[in-house]
Amino acid sequence: MVRYIAQRLLDAIPTIFLILTLVFVAMRILPGDPAIAALGDNALPEQIAEFRERMGLNVPLWQQYFNFLWGIFSLDLGRSLLSNTPVTQLIATYLPYTLELTLFAMILGVAGGIPLGVFAAVNRNKWPDNAIRGYNLIGYAIPDFYLGALLLIFFALNLGWFPIGGVGSGDIWSRIHAVFLPALTLAFVKTAFLGRLTRTSLLEVFGKDYIRTARAKGARENRVVYRHGLRNALLPISTGFGLSLLSTLSGSVAIELVFNRPGIGRMLISAIAERDYAVVQGGIIVFALFVVLINLLMDLVYVIIDPRIRVTK
Amino acid sequence: MTTPLLRVEDLVVEFGPKSAPIRVLEKVNFEMMSGSSIGIVGESGSGKSMTSLAIMRLIPEPAGRVSGRIEFDGRNLLDLPKKEMPRIRGRDIAMIFQEPMSSLNPVMSIGDQIAEGIMLHESMPREKRREKAAELLRLVGMPDPMGRLDSFPHQFSGGMRQRVMIAMAIACNPRLLIADEPTTALDVTIQAQVLQLMKQVRKRLNSSILIISHDLGVIADIAEHVIVMYAGRVIETGDSRSIFRNPTHPYTRGLLDSVPRLKDDRKRLHQIPGSVPLAGMIRQGCPFYARCGLRMDKCQQQMPPMQSVNSTHNAACWVTAPPLDTPRLVVAGEMR
Repeated sequence: MVRYIAQRLLDAIPTIFLILTLVFVAMRILPGDPAIAALGDNALPEQIAEFRERMGLNVPLWQQYFNFLWGIFSLDLGRSLLSNTPVTQLIATYLPYTLELTLFAMILGVAGGIPLGVFAAVNRNKWPDNAIRGYNLIGYAIPDFYLGALLLIFFALNLGWFPIGGVGSGDIWSRIHAVFLPALTLAFVKTAFLGRLTRTSLLEVFGKDYIRTARAKGARENRVVYRHGLRNALLPISTGFGLSLLSTLSGSVAIELVFNRPGIGRMLISAIAERDYAVVQGGIIVFALFVVLINLLMDLVYVIIDPRIRVTK
Repeated sequence: MTTPLLRVEDLVVEFGPKSAPIRVLEKVNFEMMSGSSIGIVGESGSGKSMTSLAIMRLIPEPAGRVSGRIEFDGRNLLDLPKKEMPRIRGRDIAMIFQEPMSSLNPVMSIGDQIAEGIMLHESMPREKRREKAAELLRLVGMPDPMGRLDSFPHQFSGGMRQRVMIAMAIACNPRLLIADEPTTALDVTIQAQVLQLMKQVRKRLNSSILIISHDLGVIADIAEHVIVMYAGRVIETGDSRSIFRNPTHPYTRGLLDSVPRLKDDRKRLHQIPGSVPLAGMIRQGCPFYARCGLRMDKCQQQMPPMQSVNSTHNAACWVTAPPLDTPRLVVAGEMR
């Protein structure tokens, strides 16, 4: 168990290195000179030289690479070319909003998707199952930014139940109030995805011999479904949960735009538009680290769910 | 006469559309006295497992339709509301399945799986249940039972898993134990151990046992009474001794002839030509007609009714009936 966890942690290290290297290389081979991007087309040669010197762009590439890595380990991602704010500070400001949105969306998605999937599986091929499958189809098909706009028009603009955008004021209820619609938008898709996954996984498990054993023991339907069925179906579901979490995180980019919320996604988009290299770099690193982190977390969840992984080796 | 523990009467199981049903069991009848042991034998597809699942009412509905009577202790199980069945399953009738690999829940410790049965039928504090689970494991010959309670199925060998299955099945002292091919998936040496264990358990708990197997050796070892099934029908039934000494139905004879013996001077083992007809493709008349070496025109027209061979022994074959006495087949001494 401890070995397994240690192994997973060690596995993550080369992945992180690879990602950082890719980010570094990508930023260097992108067309356009960051100095000109930052200073404008009319910058004087002296200004450009001074800027390159200040940003450490005059040293050899390998040295830039080590400076870059060192910067990350000392939690220094450089400064925004535009506002001169440290990138770490920008991330610290915007990341909580994105996490808040992702967290809410996932809670709603899981709370909706898993029960829906169970309900569909238990009533296989009856009308509730068909209705849920219809909904799943819509959830898969509809683009989230479009759905977001629809919900915004209907619930915020027409009915006035929710604020039209932003993140609310400081207190918690106002924040929840503001995050609800964008989270619901993301959750609509998550629910469809997790619901479908839960249904298929459960139906597969229902065909297994140990389900029949449970019935033969005298377990009632509820116990058979939840204790024996769902517990075994949880492994594929948790994989789906991890994927879903990742897509929610990246999906938040568009949703933040639609709902005019601050966040890492918005930060990244405006940085790309403004060619603010340092901020783009920082944003990508944050996203990439989250991918690694979530995968790591999923590996640990597997261990909890499946004893067969726990004991091997 | 006392009422039998289990009485199966005209049991019919059908699948498929109602307009064109496929019958997998065709009027199965048998009785079982309390404390007795019955073996059901037949090739794959003869309806053995279907019979046991029907008794437990574990045939998935509404895909499968069960009719007839299954009287357990005087009550017709088929009349009971569906919700009543969990109270009988595991407590009055317990079942051991063929595949110990896949019949145990992989994510639940074996201690929990055994204790679950107790929890479902008896009120007993958690700690007591654990103790009882360990006690049951000890009873089925698990070394270090207390220490293995928290192990998971994949940590055991096939034979040990089958022991766990047996421990689970006997947790609530069922009056009827149904064992569906309990040794088929095991190595021969382990088979003998598990059979030995089942005999011990049966003696100890004094429960009746319905054992299903295609292996005549297993049946001969455990069962006092034998039911031979073919194509969803009971074609011969009788006292174990009488069946093995004096198999009457050509199918039973074929089965017995197919068993290799230690002192065998045959170059090739006997084989019954052809294979069991699929449900839904069973001809009118005797279902064994196509494979039978003694067939007559009459067999094609009408399914032979049960004929008495001796007081405990019946076979559904025309050739056993006195008027058609063929010396080649009928052992005169048993005819009385």
